[in-house]
Amino acid sequence: MVRVAESRWFAVSVVVLAIIAIWYWFTIQLNMPWQQSVYARAGEENVPFWQLLDDLFSQQRPVLPAPHQVAVEFWNSVVNANPSTPRSLIFHAWITLSATGLGFLFGTVLGIVLAVLIVHNRAMDRSLMPWVIASQTIPILAIAPMIVVVLNSVGLTGLIPKALISTYLSFFPVVVGMVKGFRSPEAIHLDLMHTYNASGAQVFWKLRWPSAVPYLFASMKVGVAASLVGAIVGELPTGAAGGLGSRLLAGSYYGQTTQIWAALLMAAALSATLIFAIAAVERLTGRLMGARA
Amino acid sequence: MTMPEADNGVDISTAVVEARGLGLTFETNDGPVHALSDVNLSIGKGEFVSFIGPSGCGKTTFLRVIADLEQPTAGAITVNGTTPDKARKDRSYGYVFQAPALYPWRTIERNVALPLEIMGHSKAQQKERIARTLELVNLSGFEKKYPWQLSGGMQQRASIARALAFDADLLLMDEPFGALDEIVRDHLNEQLLQLWEKTNKTICFVTHSIPEAVYLSTKIVVMSPRPGRVTDVIDSTLPRERPLDIRETPEFLEIAARVRDGLRAGHSYEE
Repeated sequence: MVRVAESRWFAVSVVVLAIIAIWYWFTIQLNMPWQQSVYARAGEENVPFWQLLDDLFSQQRPVLPAPHQVAVEFWNSVVNANPSTPRSLIFHAWITLSATGLGFLFGTVLGIVLAVLIVHNRAMDRSLMPWVIASQTIPILAIAPMIVVVLNSVGLTGLIPKALISTYLSFFPVVVGMVKGFRSPEAIHLDLMHTYNASGAQVFWKLRWPSAVPYLFASMKVGVAASLVGAIVGELPTGAAGGLGSRLLAGSYYGQTTQIWAALLMAAALSATLIFAIAAVERLTGRLMGARA
Repeated sequence: MTMPEADNGVDISTAVVEARGLGLTFETNDGPVHALSDVNLSIGKGEFVSFIGPSGCGKTTFLRVIADLEQPTAGAITVNGTTPDKARKDRSYGYVFQAPALYPWRTIERNVALPLEIMGHSKAQQKERIARTLELVNLSGFEKKYPWQLSGGMQQRASIARALAFDADLLLMDEPFGALDEIVRDHLNEQLLQLWEKTNKTICFVTHSIPEAVYLSTKIVVMSPRPGRVTDVIDSTLPRERPLDIRETPEFLEIAARVRDGLRAGHSYEE
């Protein structure tokens, strides 16, 4: 019994069940006013409880769709829809994923390059860091349409503008993490390199870089989630070109709340998958670098 | 350039380390700290010199000046007849720190290979030197282990192997066994003496243990704090061959007593 209670799956299941129960409670509370106004207009009174529940869970445009409604919508748009058509969530998820991946790649590389400059150059440290921080205080929703419009006018459309917005969000955690990582070697490790008369490049590749690897993975996990948000936000102003963002936008135009929630579920699943993938690479790297099992 | 004969009679021409009126003052927010003041010392080739004194006496700082990790603010120092900076660039010394300072992502053999990689030795040369130095510190068979898989004493031995790997004639050791228990320490002291005997290196050894200093050294430099200075230099009369039980002989105890007196005289207990 204790074993069961301590197992991870047990803990996760309890939390999921609790969330679903709360969700159902909110579904009933939030959809009730509309349902009551429907009954009032139809002159129906003393609706039986089961009838009421059934009506609450089958509204066309619920304020909050019930979990099983979202699940059905998710199933229909993932499994029952042809992945090559815009009716499929897989179709949209792939578009978003490719922008996320490209943006994340750009962002990670940019973040590492900036961190290297900041760590190795005092002037860069002073001048670059404030800009890096300032860049993140600008609301991404405000700047995303500008980027799309500006890039459009120079002939860049489709994937690249979205990827760049995603880069804009994802480079930041990488810069901050890697600056800390490159500065993480202990003083005696650096002194040791000094006694060998090692060059700057040798110190970087043999000491700073391996020391920073754990920081890199931590930043990448934050960065990849930010990348996904960036890609979705980037899809909002690009019109109906596809992607989870445009799916969300279309859903909100037409009051398709169930569709919105299904797309959100997909986005969450996507970002969880990406983070687990990075964690897997992290474990593998750790093993190659002699981490304790 | 001609140099005067040093106070303690060591022939300057063979002096590995030569300090003249050496001083180092750190500027801190609480005012200047005199880490070293007017240190005069000659260390001859093949000597085993221990630096002993309470914390703050500048023994580690002196070692770091030799290694070009700190810059003196007064006086002059030569290492191998040249400046510490030049000596460092010639890779003329190996440094063993208080902690093993092994890189955790490298196996023991890769750790020993680190200076060799940096100094551009060939793969074959690296292999040969790794095998030789690990043998020297009795770590053969542990090549593929990561540092965390080894005990503290073994880790420190690996770091000594790393300092020996590139065949520098001078070995600087900053309280290398300070963090180890006494049984391990005795064992490592014995091994270190054998290693010194075999390799004929010059060793500068910082410690705060009187028996360790007397057991190991041909010369004991007693230092005292505020300002950090040398209060006594004792040339050991013990033979080079030293079994562990030499520490019970009257000769050993006599030297130990002189070291203790030196420490007491130099150290003010007023505060």
